[in-house]
Formats: sequence, C-alpha cells, structure tokens
Amino acid sequence: MFKSRLAIPFLILTLTLFSTMIARATSEATPAPVAGGLQASGSTAARIARGEYLVSFGGCNDCHTPWKLGAKGPEPDMTRMLSGHPQQLPMPPAPALPAGPWGWTGAATMTSFAGPWGVSFTANLTPDKETGLGDWTEEMFIATMKTGRHQGKGRPLLPPMPYFNLKGLSDEDIKSVFAYLQSIPAVHNKVPTPVDPEEPGL
Amino acid sequence: MTPSRRGASLYGSRIVQAIAVSLFLAAAVSASHIPAAPPRLLSETGLYAGKGTDVIDARNRPFSPQYPLWSDGAAKSRWVRLPEGATIDARSIDRWDFPAATRFWKEFRFGGRKVETRFLRKNGDGSWTFASYAWNEAQTDAILAPEDGLPNVAEIAPGKMHSIPAVTECRACHDSDGPVSGFSRTRILGFSALQLSTDRDPAAPHAEPLADDMITLRTLVDEDRLEPARPELVATPPRIQAPDARTRSVLGYLSTNCGSCHNEESSIANLGLLLKGQGVGAGRLRQGFGAQGFSRLVGQATSKWEIPHAPEGASQYVSPGAPDLSAILVRMKSRRPSTQMPPLGTVLHDKEAVGLVTEWIESLTTQE
Repeated sequence: MFKSRLAIPFLILTLTLFSTMIARATSEATPAPVAGGLQASGSTAARIARGEYLVSFGGCNDCHTPWKLGAKGPEPDMTRMLSGHPQQLPMPPAPALPAGPWGWTGAATMTSFAGPWGVSFTANLTPDKETGLGDWTEEMFIATMKTGRHQGKGRPLLPPMPYFNLKGLSDEDIKSVFAYLQSIPAVHNKVPTPVDPEEPGL
Repeated sequence: MTPSRRGASLYGSRIVQAIAVSLFLAAAVSASHIPAAPPRLLSETGLYAGKGTDVIDARNRPFSPQYPLWSDGAAKSRWVRLPEGATIDARSIDRWDFPAATRFWKEFRFGGRKVETRFLRKNGDGSWTFASYAWNEAQTDAILAPEDGLPNVAEIAPGKMHSIPAVTECRACHDSDGPVSGFSRTRILGFSALQLSTDRDPAAPHAEPLADDMITLRTLVDEDRLEPARPELVATPPRIQAPDARTRSVLGYLSTNCGSCHNEESSIANLGLLLKGQGVGAGRLRQGFGAQGFSRLVGQATSKWEIPHAPEGASQYVSPGAPDLSAILVRMKSRRPSTQMPPLGTVLHDKEAVGLVTEWIESLTTQE
C-alpha cells in the first residue's frame, strides 16, 4: 500500500522531469527562426545567407563601406565594401564646433566621426589577414559584439558603433554575420588608429 | 484483482520505482552542477568567523603576489580557502587547476576605508563564480554588486572615481578564452608559482611585505597541497630571468599587468604581443619572455596600434632609448579609453611603474 501510494507521485515527477528535459534539449537543438520562415542551419551556405541578410538590414554598410558621390547622389562604394575608413584619406583635424546643440562631425565618406570621444574610424570588416578580420576567430567576434570591447578584452568600440544593439543578437546570428564577413572579398586597407581627445601630460 | 488494483500494482513495481528514483537523482545531480548564485552579503561567503566582519575565518589563508596588479593605488588584502585535504593539480606549472569549492577573496581599500571585496569560487562542474561586494557606509558588511557592475563607488583622486567592474570585465582578464564563451580556462592571477615564489623581487613596483602567516610556494609544498608534490619549486624557486635587476622588475610588472591578456593562450594572441613572463629556475617552466624572449619586444614595430603623432612606421612596442616611440609606455601613461592599457580596471596611471619603464627604455641600446 505504502509502495503504491509513493509510486504514483514518483511517476508523475519522473514524467514531468523527463518531459522538461526533453523540452529543454529540443529547444536547445532548435535553431532560431530566420527570415522567410527558414531555419538557420549549421551549414556554411545557410550561415552566410543569414549573415548577409543581417548585415544588410543592420546597416553595416552605412559606416563600414566608404560612401562616394554617384550619379544619383551619395552611395556606398561597393568596390570597397565593408573595408572601413580608406587609408588613402588622412583626415585633417576635426572642425571645432561652437558651444551648442551640435555635438559631432562626420566625414563625407561616412567612415570617420569626431566628437567628445575623439576621432573614430570605421573598421575594415573584410577578411584581409593583415588589416581586416582575416586573423579573427568566430569566438573573438562574438566576444567583441557582446562586450563592446575589441576581442572582448581590448579597447572599447567607439561611437557611433551601436554594439549595444547587436549584443542582443543570438550567438547563432552573430556567427552568421561573421561567416558572411569572412566570405566577402578581402580588401587590404589599414584603417588609422583612433585619436583620443588631448590628454595633458601624455 | 480489479483493473485499477492491477494498475496500482504496476505503478508500484520495483522496476518503475527504480527508474523514477534514478531519473530523480539524475535530475538532482544535474541541478547541483548549475553554479549556485553568490550570496547576497559578503559575510555569507565564508570569509569571516561568526556573523560579523571583524575576524577572518582561520581556514582562509592570506597571501601576497610578488608582482601585485596595479589597482589605482588601492591597499589590498587577499585570502584563499582550499578545501580540507584537497590538492591543487600542479601538473602544469603555470596553469594550476584548483579543487572544487576553492574560494578566493580580495579586499580593496582607499583612504583607509574598505570599498570593495571580490570573490571567486570554483564550482563542482569546473566553472568559477565571479562576484563583487560593495562595502556599506558603516563598514559592517558588503552587498553583492550587480552583474553589470557598480560605477563610481568611491572618489580616489580629484574627479576620479573607483567603479566595481562588471562580471564580463572580470572574465576579460581572468579567462584566457574571452568573457563570453566559456569558463574552463579561468586563471587566478595572483596565486601562481611565480607569484608565490619565495625568491621575491624586492624592487617590484608596489611590492608588499610578506607576513609570516602568508602562503608561499614553500607552504603549499610543506603542506602537501600540490599534486604532484613539486619540491623543486622550493629548492629552485621560480624567478623572472633577466640580465639585471631593473629588467627583472619591468618584466615582472608587465607580466602581471599585461600578460594576463597578452599571452600565447589568450584570445588576443593573434596580436603577436606576448607579455606573460614565466619564472624560470624550477627547470620546467615555459618561457613567455626571458633572456631571449623579451628582446622580441625591443625594436619591433607595432602590429596594429600606432602612437598618435609619431611618424608613420616609427611606433615600436619598446623603442630603445626612445620612450615617446614606445607604444607600451605610451599606453601605460594614458587613461583615455581607446589608448589606455590596461583597458579596464584602472582610471589612474601608475606613476611608479611608468617611471621604472621609462628608465628601462632609456637605458636600452639598439644592440639589446
């Protein structure tokens, strides 16, 4: 009698735990839904396609691809897609702004910005080994996006990079972005070191 | 027997019960591997004897690394508790693996007041719990800081505030493989063979006195806390190998303050800058930089970062005789976000170390 009274709760508990474990395992194994109702898969092609979609929608080209004046007005120079601020374009000192609501200035290429943080230059995201992300790993890229620091350990990413929006992406999506960036043509372009505000005594 | 009684009998069978108990135990064991949240109060972490925060529990042993990390001039105290009878896996001499339930504490004081105490605990699944506690105004206890840290908890110089770091920032230095991807390669930076060596560098910047009750390598060997025993660490204590005393101190300082990230196992090893020096003397320690190794820094062009206003291509990690062209020194001196090194955990530059490294660079010649 005692055994049978205990057995039913045990069975319920077991089934509950078992179904929870199965549900958890299933949810972990199920990729996040992606555009068009597709499921992201581990395959490289699917990853790259998903990454291209995210890069396009996320506006990465707005700053990481230099803009030029085309026939219809400003447009991204896709021959230098995602290669960051052009090394052939040294920037003169940023114009001093009067006190007031104007807070920052930007280059016509949309690749350099000056403000209270100093002068920032957009990074070369192409897989060039020496000047781009060619020697980065997926892990470094995730760490950078999640922490807002270079490779998760180094200097902070500078304005106007909206890493705080990207940190909400799933690891799977960030991996897709990285896979896409590693698949595009490498452009050798050494982006300048950011310029800090003047620092007395340095 | 009615159908219902047959059912009850089936449910009550030993086989079903055994399965149920097994699954229940499996789930319980699995749950126990989820790292427990740190307690809300520092007084609940086991640092103190009794309920207050006046007396350190005797099981927690103080120690002092020979090359302390620069923490904006904070006075610091550190304690470790190794579980009773447990040993440190010291097969890899520069990567000790601590037993589960090992705990470390580090207390930070500014102006004689306790400001923050950091707490590390090794969990049963091999992960580490990172936590930091902010001391209350009355100095009676400290409260768990949020995972995102706590900014501006104490003024440490005019206009300069100490902030409690976020857990991701703690992991940025303690985890070789980055703050988000795992926990298996967590390092305890101040508790290593080199840091606990009895051959201490008397000229190390901010060297602290070694009290009689502090743990050293000798203590660990004498108390059989290392596995294997490694008596050679007492016979020939680890030491930074360098041609002179000043170079020894510089390399020891760089090893502690830079080498926790700039080392060959780090996620930033691709930068090619290795500043983790391994003590030599016990025979089997790996060289980070030493008699030959550090010369790789001297006269070498920086791989990516260039010194502002320096002629193109003139930036070197260490430029012999030229402090202004030595990127390591320029970044040590800066406290602007995109230039300063270390990039986190400090808002004031280390004047003593800047002076030491400047003198060292000025003394170097291109032949070295």
